[in-house]
Amino acid sequence: MSDNRFKDHLGRPIVAVTGMGVITSLGHGLQDNWAALTSGTSGIHKITRFPTEKLSTRISGTVDFIAVPAENSVERSFAFARETTAEALAQAGLSGDFEGPLFLAAPPVEPEWSDRFALADRAPPSKAEGDAYDRFLAAMRERPDPVFLEAVQFGSISERLADTFGTRGLPVTLSTACASGATAIQLGVEAIRQGRTDRALTVATDGSVSAEALIRFSLLSALSTQNDPPEKASKPFSKDRDGFVIAEGAATLVLESLESAVARGAKVLGIMKGCGEKADHFHRTRSSPDGGPAIATIRAALADAGMDEGGIGYINAHGTSTPENDKMEYGAMLAVFGDRLKDIPVSSNKSMIGHTLTAAGAVEAVFSFQTMLTGTLPPTINYTNPDPTIVLDVVPNTKRNARPMAVLSNSFGFGGQNASLVMALEPA
Amino acid sequence: MKSDNDVVITGIGIVTCQGVGKEPHVALLSAAEAGIPKVETERFSPYPIHPMPEIDWSTQIPKRGDQRQMENWQRLGVFSAGLALDDAGLKTDADACASMDMIVAAGGGERDIKVDSLIVDEALKRNDREMLLNEKLTTELRPTLFLAQLSNLVAGNISIVHKVTGSSRTFMGEESAGISAVETAFHRIRSGQSSHSLVGGAFVAERADIILLVEGIRAHATGDWHPIWSRSADNGGGMIMGSVGAFLVLESRAHAKARGAHIYAVIDAIEGDRGQRDEGRLEKRLARLAGHASGLSAQDTVVFSGTSGVVDLAARERAVLDKQFPGAPVRAFGGVTGHGMEAQFPLGLALAALSLDGAACVPTFDAQNEKPMTAAVKHAVVTTVGYTRGEGLAVLSAEG
Repeated sequence: MSDNRFKDHLGRPIVAVTGMGVITSLGHGLQDNWAALTSGTSGIHKITRFPTEKLSTRISGTVDFIAVPAENSVERSFAFARETTAEALAQAGLSGDFEGPLFLAAPPVEPEWSDRFALADRAPPSKAEGDAYDRFLAAMRERPDPVFLEAVQFGSISERLADTFGTRGLPVTLSTACASGATAIQLGVEAIRQGRTDRALTVATDGSVSAEALIRFSLLSALSTQNDPPEKASKPFSKDRDGFVIAEGAATLVLESLESAVARGAKVLGIMKGCGEKADHFHRTRSSPDGGPAIATIRAALADAGMDEGGIGYINAHGTSTPENDKMEYGAMLAVFGDRLKDIPVSSNKSMIGHTLTAAGAVEAVFSFQTMLTGTLPPTINYTNPDPTIVLDVVPNTKRNARPMAVLSNSFGFGGQNASLVMALEPA
Repeated sequence: MKSDNDVVITGIGIVTCQGVGKEPHVALLSAAEAGIPKVETERFSPYPIHPMPEIDWSTQIPKRGDQRQMENWQRLGVFSAGLALDDAGLKTDADACASMDMIVAAGGGERDIKVDSLIVDEALKRNDREMLLNEKLTTELRPTLFLAQLSNLVAGNISIVHKVTGSSRTFMGEESAGISAVETAFHRIRSGQSSHSLVGGAFVAERADIILLVEGIRAHATGDWHPIWSRSADNGGGMIMGSVGAFLVLESRAHAKARGAHIYAVIDAIEGDRGQRDEGRLEKRLARLAGHASGLSAQDTVVFSGTSGVVDLAARERAVLDKQFPGAPVRAFGGVTGHGMEAQFPLGLALAALSLDGAACVPTFDAQNEKPMTAAVKHAVVTTVGYTRGEGLAVLSAEG
């Protein structure tokens, strides 16, 4: 006999969140992050991981306080994800094998330059221009290097997480660019709604800041170049915003069917009510000027949640601090919420933690739940010169007490990626 | 028993060294003999690879500007996706594309070999290598190259070129990405979360940067081509990579029926798994996955093995297949296409669906080690065992 308490408006299993973990440049764990985030502290700093001479952007929200056995994206991304997952499982009161699927948002990885240099050092000399890879191959034939391969396998992070936490089946490693974290959560929600599992581990991690990563985004004019002082660079919805600040981080959410969470006596932190997505075919890096896909994404998330616009009490914006995103996101929100938008507080965590890329959607989902649980809206810092064309209550500069019962969180990314999540404290 | 929620294959877009589109592959699957596939043995010697056939990109990517924004890996994906949409009769159906879900199994993009060479050559003469990187990357990298390298930009370009925008998700992780992509689309359709999905991937073997990674564990076969079960450790690791684009249009039976679409085959079951492979654990997992086909008679089933050719793994998989499906013919398709990595599993489903649809007596791909088929069969099992990790198995049935 099915119990209606555990079904949503479409008769699907309600999906609860029972555990959360997070790492950003602000710290290790939800408690430290939340204290910093609500006190308006920025985690953005001068880059020390590599020299920044000759670079137009020299600041970042790298996470430099988690020990890794080797300095590369895979090791960092795995270590962050391991830490946030351990935190989330402890909060969920789950120990031993997880016995549910793993959905992991992880950055695309490539060999580190230090590895290429090391190969070149042991390779035969150049015979022709542009023959580096022939020489690398000669060196690799001479002495194979499984560690080199493993450090660039896209499946190697989820492999280790699966072994560490005893997840079930073949883990999904995904990328929807800067919407990846939200997509990982969406996949977990879908799996539970399908009835394939009672629980899912959704993880998003990004430890991929390197000189080349930074330069690539710089070449697309996506990054802020307001290097001094670093903590002032990320200024979403401000008039003088000039790009995002690249950053690292990770977050894990333990998703469970409400029924199974209640049955095992778990503390329910909140409900993952709805997910929406819609791809954009306008351009590789730019959004449709009319905001159509972003609007459709927000509406799809509300519809999936069985809510109308009136139910949303706070919006955790994508708010990257790029001229284009913030304008487009505002337009999309305005189209959906209309006149009421100016009365809905909208803040951007990225003003303090920067853009954690692959991890952002999940990091911000964790902060969205924490906003509801604590009754505290984290501010948008560096908001001293408002963009007059963006009329929003951005919770400027200092936190505010408020008790939203439902929160919308947006994530948009290169490649026409759009995903929104609707989260609530209570099932109804 | 037919159900509205059955997951059916209604569109197939494939490109391999056998040719472009479904026709050369139907020809291969219904030929008396498979023959020796195209192999490039010189360009990356000592590593043979199966090259891309000649492709007129403009037939699926009409705008030059779009072609220029991509490198071959993304082009091959967008091209194959277009073939699948065309084949399903959905290419010009704007509403269907705008509501179509998409899951792409993707690796990463090409390196700029010239720029990388320039930097390492210069680095050999300098000891301030990190500074050198800042100088050279800032001045030498093409801004658009980043987008051509991004994993999710195959999907992004499919949205731009073919207007598929219902949803866009990219899975990564070598062969497992392709397994999970089809598995996820299957469950979404079966449960009513999606009515029609584009799913697949592309892989370009003609890339020194990828060949280098795989040589890290000496997985490549070396020297001349040999049929896949016949490769030995005397000639390298056994794997020959192939350039492959493989996309499928999957629909619920109800959705396909409503628009009168041709159904190639029905996907009955699909599952992926992973774990340690030592002490018989690989065999145990494969045997468990094979349980999805336990109701089928071996006489009425063909097994399309997606083995990478890695010598030890191929032998171990084969032993399981022979035990689980005694008497069923086995066809290791990677032997005639090359190993398609992320695209390998979707490719296997595409070939299996074409065989079932055409009631083909599929020729042996390795005459010494595969037995002939004397009659068409009703069911196909498709496997993929990742060259380092991950395994998947699907069961397909003929429509009718």
